[in-house]
Amino acid sequence: MGKVKTKTGPLARRPDNSAFKQQRLPAWSPMLTANTVLPFFYFMALICMFLGVWLLLTVQSTKEMKLDYTEAGTCDRCFEKRKNVSNAAQPCSCTVVFSIGKKFKGDVFFYYGLRNFHQNLRRYMDSRDDAQMVGRKKNLQTPSTYCFPFTTDQNGQPIAPCGAVANSMFNDSFVLTYHMPGGRPEKVPLLRQGITWYTDKNIKFRNPKTENLTLPEVFKGTAKPLYWQKPVYELDPLDPTNNGFINDDLIIWMREAAFPNFKKLYGVLNRAKEPFTTGLPAGNYSIEISYNFPVQYFRGRKEVVLTTLTWFGGQNHFLPIAYLVTSSLILLVAIVLTVVWWKFGKNGKNMEE
Amino acid sequence: MARDGEDAGMVKAAKVKRQRKKKTKENKTRTVHANILYDNAKGEENPNRHYANNKIKTTKYTLLSFLPKNLFEQFHRFANVYFVFIALLNFVPVVNAFQPELALAPVVFILSVTAIKDLWEDYRRHRSDKEINHMDCLVYSRVERRYVEKYWKEVRVGDFIRLRCNEILPADVLLLTSSDPDRLCHIETATLDGETNLKQRQVVRSFFDLDCDFDPTKYNSIIECEKPNNDLNRFRGYIIHRSGRRDALYKENLLLRGCTIRNTEEAVGIVIYAGHETKAMLNNNGPRYKRSKLERQMNVDVFWCVIILLVMCLFAAVGHGLWMFQYGDKRPVFDVLSPEGTDLSPIMSAIYLFLTMIIVFQVLIPISLFVSIEIVKICQVFFIHQDMDLYDEETDSHLQCRALNITEDLGQMQYIFSDKTGTLTENKMVFRRCTVAGVEYSHDANARRLAMYQEMDSEEEECTSHGGTLPRRDSVTSHQSARVVLRSQSTKSHRRTGSRAEAKRASILSKHTAFSSPMEKDITPDPQLLDKVNECSSQMDFMRFHSQPMSQLPSDLSDIIDFFIALTICNTVVVSSPNQPRQKVRMRFELKSPVKTIEDFIKRFTPSRLTSGSNSSSSSSLITNRSSNRGCSSILSSPSAESTLTKLDEEKPPNLEHTFSPVPPCYSEKAWAVAEGELRYEAESPDEAALVYAARAYKCSLVGRLPDQVTVELPHLGKLSFELLHTLGFDSTRKRMSVVVRHPLTDQITVYTKGADSVIMDLIKPPNTGNSKGKRQKKIVYRTQNYLNLYAADGLRTLCIAKKVLTKEEYACWLQRHLEAETAIQGREELLFESALRLETNLHLLGATGIEDRLQDGVPETIASLRKAGLQIWVLTGDKQETAVNIAYACKLLEPEEEILTLNADSQEACALLLEESLHYIQAKFLCSSADHAAKAFTANFAPFEIYPSSSPSSSSVPFMVHRLGLVIDGRTLAYALDKSLEDKFLAVARSCRSVLCCRSTPLQKSMVVKLVRNKLKVMTLAIGDGANDVSMIQVADVGVGISGQEGMQAVMASDFALPRFRYLQKLLLVHGHWCYSRLANMILYFFYKNAMFVALIFWYQFYCGFSGSAMIDQWYLIFFNLMFSAFPQLITGTLDKDVSAETLQQLPQLYISGQNSEEYKPYMFWMNMIDAFYQSLVCFFIPYFAYADSDVDLFTWGTPITTLALFTILLHLGIETKTWTWMNWLSISFSIALFFTVALCYNASCPTCYSPSNPYWTMQRLLQDPLFYFLCVITPVTALLPRYFYRACQGTLFPSPVQVGRQLDKLPAETRRNILSLSRVKVGSPLSTKPPFLSLAKPLPKGSNKTEKGSFPSPKASQGSILQTHDTRKCHKRSQSEPLGPKHSEKSLSDLYTLMSTEGDTLPYTKDSQCLDKTLDVSVSSWITSTPQTDSVELPPDRGSSQCVRYTRNSEEGLGSEPSVHQPGRRTEQRPEPASLTTS
Repeated sequence: MGKVKTKTGPLARRPDNSAFKQQRLPAWSPMLTANTVLPFFYFMALICMFLGVWLLLTVQSTKEMKLDYTEAGTCDRCFEKRKNVSNAAQPCSCTVVFSIGKKFKGDVFFYYGLRNFHQNLRRYMDSRDDAQMVGRKKNLQTPSTYCFPFTTDQNGQPIAPCGAVANSMFNDSFVLTYHMPGGRPEKVPLLRQGITWYTDKNIKFRNPKTENLTLPEVFKGTAKPLYWQKPVYELDPLDPTNNGFINDDLIIWMREAAFPNFKKLYGVLNRAKEPFTTGLPAGNYSIEISYNFPVQYFRGRKEVVLTTLTWFGGQNHFLPIAYLVTSSLILLVAIVLTVVWWKFGKNGKNMEE
Repeated sequence: MARDGEDAGMVKAAKVKRQRKKKTKENKTRTVHANILYDNAKGEENPNRHYANNKIKTTKYTLLSFLPKNLFEQFHRFANVYFVFIALLNFVPVVNAFQPELALAPVVFILSVTAIKDLWEDYRRHRSDKEINHMDCLVYSRVERRYVEKYWKEVRVGDFIRLRCNEILPADVLLLTSSDPDRLCHIETATLDGETNLKQRQVVRSFFDLDCDFDPTKYNSIIECEKPNNDLNRFRGYIIHRSGRRDALYKENLLLRGCTIRNTEEAVGIVIYAGHETKAMLNNNGPRYKRSKLERQMNVDVFWCVIILLVMCLFAAVGHGLWMFQYGDKRPVFDVLSPEGTDLSPIMSAIYLFLTMIIVFQVLIPISLFVSIEIVKICQVFFIHQDMDLYDEETDSHLQCRALNITEDLGQMQYIFSDKTGTLTENKMVFRRCTVAGVEYSHDANARRLAMYQEMDSEEEECTSHGGTLPRRDSVTSHQSARVVLRSQSTKSHRRTGSRAEAKRASILSKHTAFSSPMEKDITPDPQLLDKVNECSSQMDFMRFHSQPMSQLPSDLSDIIDFFIALTICNTVVVSSPNQPRQKVRMRFELKSPVKTIEDFIKRFTPSRLTSGSNSSSSSSLITNRSSNRGCSSILSSPSAESTLTKLDEEKPPNLEHTFSPVPPCYSEKAWAVAEGELRYEAESPDEAALVYAARAYKCSLVGRLPDQVTVELPHLGKLSFELLHTLGFDSTRKRMSVVVRHPLTDQITVYTKGADSVIMDLIKPPNTGNSKGKRQKKIVYRTQNYLNLYAADGLRTLCIAKKVLTKEEYACWLQRHLEAETAIQGREELLFESALRLETNLHLLGATGIEDRLQDGVPETIASLRKAGLQIWVLTGDKQETAVNIAYACKLLEPEEEILTLNADSQEACALLLEESLHYIQAKFLCSSADHAAKAFTANFAPFEIYPSSSPSSSSVPFMVHRLGLVIDGRTLAYALDKSLEDKFLAVARSCRSVLCCRSTPLQKSMVVKLVRNKLKVMTLAIGDGANDVSMIQVADVGVGISGQEGMQAVMASDFALPRFRYLQKLLLVHGHWCYSRLANMILYFFYKNAMFVALIFWYQFYCGFSGSAMIDQWYLIFFNLMFSAFPQLITGTLDKDVSAETLQQLPQLYISGQNSEEYKPYMFWMNMIDAFYQSLVCFFIPYFAYADSDVDLFTWGTPITTLALFTILLHLGIETKTWTWMNWLSISFSIALFFTVALCYNASCPTCYSPSNPYWTMQRLLQDPLFYFLCVITPVTALLPRYFYRACQGTLFPSPVQVGRQLDKLPAETRRNILSLSRVKVGSPLSTKPPFLSLAKPLPKGSNKTEKGSFPSPKASQGSILQTHDTRKCHKRSQSEPLGPKHSEKSLSDLYTLMSTEGDTLPYTKDSQCLDKTLDVSVSSWITSTPQTDSVELPPDRGSSQCVRYTRNSEEGLGSEPSVHQPGRRTEQRPEPASLTTS
C-alpha cells in the first residue's frame, strides 16, 4: 500500500489488475439452502448417532459405587463430634459397611468426594504459592502475598505450605476391607502413590533442595498450616519419600476442583494379590474412616467413590446421551427441512428460473 | 477598497517604525524589510527575524513529544479511558482478577497499534514536508550579488525571489517587477481556489515605471502589511520608500504560495509571508472526521453492552452477597479473608465483587472493535482505490477516498443531490448551432463530426487527420511532459499539506485547463454561413478598398460579421501559444495601425483601464478618441437600423483608411492556418472558449488580447485591432457581459453584449414597427426567440449576442458617470453595476448560439440504475429551467411518461398555494386510486409497497410513496418553499415525486435543500458536484462526492470521495457501498456476538463458584482471545467477504435497498445475536460441565476445553456467516486455530510458577491425550450452531432476502443468469416503483402480469385539465384584482404558472414543438395587439396514437408587455434586476 510507485507514463496511476486487488480471488461461496444443507444434516445426524451408540456401550461397561459416609454407619458420632471446633484435635474413627453386587473388573479407583465444598472460589484459589511448592527457599521463608492471611502463624513463622488451599486439605483416611463370604476380612490393598499427574509430582511440586539434610531440617523455621495436625514433612508416615511438598495427597488436593461437588483420587486398587488381581470381587466391604474433616460448617457431604474407568473416563452417561439427543435433533430438523423443501420446493426452483 | 484603512494604517506605520522592535509581535501589522540590508550571518538586527521562515512542518509530533502527545490524543476516545481504568482497577488488590501486568496488555496493545499508525502517518508527512522544503528557488544573495539557488526552507521573509515561468511560488511574495511589458504577472491559482483561468497580478505601483531591471541592492523601502491571515482575497499594506512616499498594496500585488507563474518569463518579488504564515498554509485544514450511520448505530449497541455488563456484574454481586449470607457467622473453611485480613461482610464483599466482575467481564465491551473497524475501513479504502473500474484512463485519475471512516455510508444512501453542469455533463462546451439575424444555421456537418467522435472515442487521437494536427500534437505532448514533471513532484505528496495538494491538483489541472481534444476545438463550419461570412468580408474588403461607406452593406451580412466579431472579442479569453506552454502571445500589432497623435501614443502605453488607477488615462483616452474621431472616417456603415446611428454616421467626416490595418492582398492562406494552429485560448469558462473556437472556424480568430486592445483576424480583411475601451465583466445578477470597443472599420464606439437570452431579449431595443426595417427587426427577434426555445428544448445552453452603437455624445455622457462610479469610494461595486445597466439597453440583436454541454458517458444508465436502487435523485442546478429540464430528460432523470409538476411562484403566498394544490393533487390522484377502485388493477404495481412497508425509516402516518411524478422548481420559488412555514409542505410534495429538479438555485439554496432533506426526513444524503458552487452542498451532506473535472478542485477538496466521472458513482455505491456496508455491519454484529458469547461462559460459571468472580478460562486466554485468537478471520471476512458478486450488484441495483433499510444491521439483530450468543455459550458451558460433572477434573483442565470449544464455535459461526471463501479465509481460520494451540501449548509448558495465581501447567498437553476432549470438540459446536445453521438454511430456502436471491443468481451459469436478469428487468423496470417488486423474483406473480404492468398505470389525463384550469383562473383573478395591468408591470406579473406538462419523450421532436410554438407565438402576438386579457391554451391533438398531448398554457397578461418580447411557453418568471432608470440621454 505504501509503496512508492515508480511507474510513469500516461496510465501511471492505473491500478494493478490483480485478482486480489480487484477482489476477484477465486472463491467458494456456499449457499445455505435446503439442497446444500440437507445432505450435511443427514450426514451429521448419522455421525452423531454412531458416536453416541459407541460411547453409550463404552460407558455401560463401567461400574461405580458411591457411598455418602457423612453421617452413615457409625460416623454420625464423629460427625457430631466434629461440629465442635474444640474437638478438632481429638481423633475419631468410624466404620461404614457396604456391598458390591457385581464384580468391578480391571483397575478400580478409590475416590473421596466432597459436596458443597467451593474449592473454586476466586480468593481461595489464589491463596497459594506455587513458587513455594516448587521448592524455592526464598518463598519457603517469605511466602507470596497471595497466601495472605495464611502466610505466617501467630509466632510470625512462615507457613509451609502456605495459603488457604493447603490449609484446608482433606485429612480423612480410609481403610477398605473386603469381607469374603465365609472368610476372614481382607484389607484391600490401595496404591497411594503415582496417582498424581507426572508433571505435578516431578515439576510443579518439589521439595526444597535437601543437600543431605533431612526434610524436617529443610522445613525448619516454618510452621505447619493452621488446621493441620502434622507438619508437611510428616504427611506420609509410611513412605518417607512421599513427604513434604511432593506428597501425593497434597498434590492432588492442590489441584483445585472445578465444581463445588467433586471427587479426588485417594488410591488405586493394587491388583498384585489375590483375590484382587482381576478387580474388586462382588461381596461385602467395610471402610474404616479416620474422620477428621469437618463439613457441617458449609453444609457439605463427604463420600467415597469406587469406580472403574474406560478410555473415555468414568461412568458418565451424559456425553453418549448428548450425542444421541443431538443426533435425533439434527434428524428432526433435517426431516422438517426436507418436508418443507418438498412442499415448497417448487418455489425455490422457480425462483432460480 | 482599502482606502479608509489606508490612512489609519499610515499613521500606524509611522508609529511602528519608531517602536518596531518590541511591538512587532503585538501589533496588528507586520513590517518587512529587505534582508539584504542586513548581514545574513548575524540576524540580531534583522527586524524580520521574528517571522516564520519558509520551512514547513506539518507533522504533529517530534521524537520527544510523540509519546505524551499521542497518548493524550488517544485518551480523547472514551473507550480507551475506560479500558485503562479497568486495567488500573486490576492493580487494586481487593478487586483484582488478573495478574495486573497482564491486564494492561490489551490496552497497551490497542494503544500501540494506534500509535504506530499515527507514527507512520506522521512519518509520511515528515517525508513530504522534507520534499517540499527542499524544492529549489532563486533567492538574491547579498554576498554574491546575484540570484542563487536555494531550498524553499531557506527562504525567509524579506528575501528577494526571482520567479520564472511555470515555477511554483515558495511563499507569499509581493510582486516588485515583472518581465511583462504591462508590468503584469499571470498566475494560475487553481491550486488555491480551483479556478483554472489565469489571474493577473500587478507590480507594486511604485515600481511600475522602472524601465530598467530591478536591482535588489537599490531597494530600501519598508513594507507594512497586515498580520498573516487566511483570507485569500484580502491583502492590505503600504510600502514606504526612503523618500517618505507611501504606496498602497492590494491583493493584486501579492503572489500566493502554491500558485504557478504562467505567461510571464520572469518576475521578482519580496517575501512577505513564509512557511506556515502563508495564506495557502493557513487555509489548509485536515480532512474532516465524520461518523457513519453504522457507527452511530453501533455506539448505541455498545451502550447496550455496557448495560448488559452492569446487569451481569450486579447480578453476580448480589449473588455473591447472598451466597456469603447463607453461611451466616460461621465462615466455611474455604472462605478466605480479605487481603487486609479482616472479615468481609456480605455487603462489602458484594461491592468488591462488583468491581472484580467488571474486570472479568470487560471483554464484553469489545476493546478491539474500534481498532478492527479502523483496520477494515483502511482495507476497504484500499480496495476502492484499487478498483480498475473506477479508474479513468483519460485523466489518469482514480477514485480518491478523502474521508477514511465513512465507507459504509456509501451503502446506505437514500437521496442523491447532484449538480448538473460538470457532474452530469462533461462541462466541455461544444458549439452546436447558431442563429444570426433570424436565420438558423444548423451545423449539421459539425453534428455529424461530433457523432463520429463519440463513436470512436477511444481512438480519437490516432484518427485525427486535420490540417492542424501536427502543431496540435506538439502542444499536447509538450503539455504532457510538463504534466509528468509536475506529477513527479506531486504524486508522493500528502494530501494534508497544502502545497502538496496544490501540486497534485496542478498536475490534474494541467491536463484540463485548455481544450485538449480536437472535438471541442474544431468546428466544421456550416457551409451556408461560411459562404455568407466570406461574401460579407469580401464585400467589406471591396468596400474598404473602394472607400465606400460600410453602411451599404446589407444588414444581414453586417449582422453576420458583427456576430462573429462579438463572439471573438466579447470575452476575457487570453491567447497563448502552445509551443511555449501558457506563454502569452505578446505581439503587438500597433505597427500596422500607425500612431496618429501623441495622445494616441500615450494612450497605447497606458496600462489597462481595468486597473484601479485608470481615471486619468481613461479621460485622456477619451480626449484622444475625440480628436482622432475627427479625422476618422467610417467606411463601414453601421449595419443596424437604428436611426440615431445612421445620423451619427452621416456626421462623421469621411474616410480615414489607415485607422485599421491594411491587409496584404495576397495574404497567404497557408501561413494563416499555421499561425492559427499555434494559438491556444485560455478562457475563464469553457463556453467562452467554445465560442472563440467557433468563430475561429469561420476564420474570425482572436489573435491577441492586451488590456487595451483586442486583435482579431478576419478573412480578407486581415488583422484588425479593436481598441478596448471598457470591459463590463460578467456577473450573475446581470447575467451578461459587455465590451465597449472602438470599431476600427467604422470608428464607432460599439458595445458588444453577450448574455443569457432571458436578459438580453428584454434589453433589445423595441423595433420601430413603422418602417420595413423595424418590421424586419421584429421578425428577427421573434425568430431568434423561436430558435432559442428550440435550443433550450434540445438541452443546449443558449447565449444571445447583441450590439449597440453609441454616439459620441451618448458615450461621453455614459463615460462621465461611469468614471464617477469607478472613482467612487463607497459602494463602487453598486455604482459600477448601475453604470453597466445604463449602458446595456436598447441593444440590437445579432443572433444567438447554442452550446452543447455533453452528457457524460453513461449518465442515463447510471441514473436509471441508481434509481432502481431506491435512491431518490435530485438535481440542483444553477441553469435555467428549460435547459435543466431537457438535460433531465436526456439523462433519464425525468421520464417521458411521467407527469411533471412545475412550481413557479413569485410570492410567498403563491408558493404556499401551489404547494397546497400539488399536495392535494398528489393525494387525490395516487392515494385514493391506489386505495379503492384501482386497487385491483395495480396490485402488481403496488405490491412492492406492501412488501416494504417500512422502507423509509421515518415513515410517518401518511404513507409517502414515490410516484411517477417529477417536480421542477425554480430558484425563486425554492427560496419561498425553503421558508420555515412552507418547508414541510415542500418536503411532502418533493418526497412523493420520483425526481426533483431545482433550477436556478444558488449554492446556498443547494446546501439548504440538502440540509432540509437530511434533517427533516432523517435520511442519508449524498451530494455530488464538481464546482465551487457545490462545495457547501457537499459539506452539508452525509457523504460528499466531488467530481475531479473541469472546474478545478474545490469540490474535490471539500469532498469525502472524489470521482473522475459521474458514472463511477454507480459502482461506488452499488458495489463498494453495498460491500462495505454489509461487511462492516456483519463484522460489528459478529463482534458483539463473539464477546457476549465468550463472556457469558464465565457468567454461567459464577453459579458454580459462589459468584466469587473466578474464571475457568485462564487469564491469558481471556485477554488474548479477542486480541489474537479470534481476531484475524473476522478481519479477513470483514475486508474480503462479498455477499453478492459485483456483476450481479450492478445488474440488480435493487439489492442496494437492503443497505438503505439497514437490513444487515437492525436493532433487533443485535438482540438476536445476543440471544444466540447466550444460547451458544450455554451449550459451550453445559456440555463440558455435564461431561465432567462428578469427576475429579480441576478448574483449568475443565476450562481449557471450554476455551477451545468457544473458539471453534466462534470460528464456525463466522464460517456460517461468511459468504465467500477465498484461500485467505481458510488461511486465517487455520491460522487462528494453530495460533491458539501453539500459544496454549507453549504457555502451558513454559513455566510452572510464573503465571500465578492461575497455573495451567501441562494442561493442554494432557487434554490432547484425552479422548473426551475430542468428543466434546465434535458435539459442542454442532449443537451450539445448529439453530443458526437451521435458521439460515430455512431462510435461504423459504424466505430468502433479496441479497440471498442475488447470491443464488451468482451461482447460476452465466446464460441462465442473463435470462433471469433480463426478465427481472422487465418487472423491476416498471417505472412506477423505486422500490422494485423484487420479491416477485422469489414468488413470481401469475404469468402474464409482467406484461400488463407497464400498461396498467393510470392515465393522469383525466383530472389534469380541471386542476390546471382552476389554477389559472384563480391566479388570473387574483392578479387582476390586486394590481393594475400596466405595461411596466407585465414582466413582474408573469404568471406563476402551475403547469402539468406531460411531455413527449426526451427528444422533444422539433416538428411538433415548433408547430406548437408557432401557435403560441401567434396567440401572444395577437393578444398583444388586441390587448384583451384572455387565457390561452394550446392543445395539440394527440399524435402517434398516444393519449398524451403537449399542452402549454399561458396567461394573457404575458402578451401585454411594453416590449414585444416573446415569451416562450416554457419560460417562467425569472428574477431579473429591475432596470430602474433606463435613461440614456
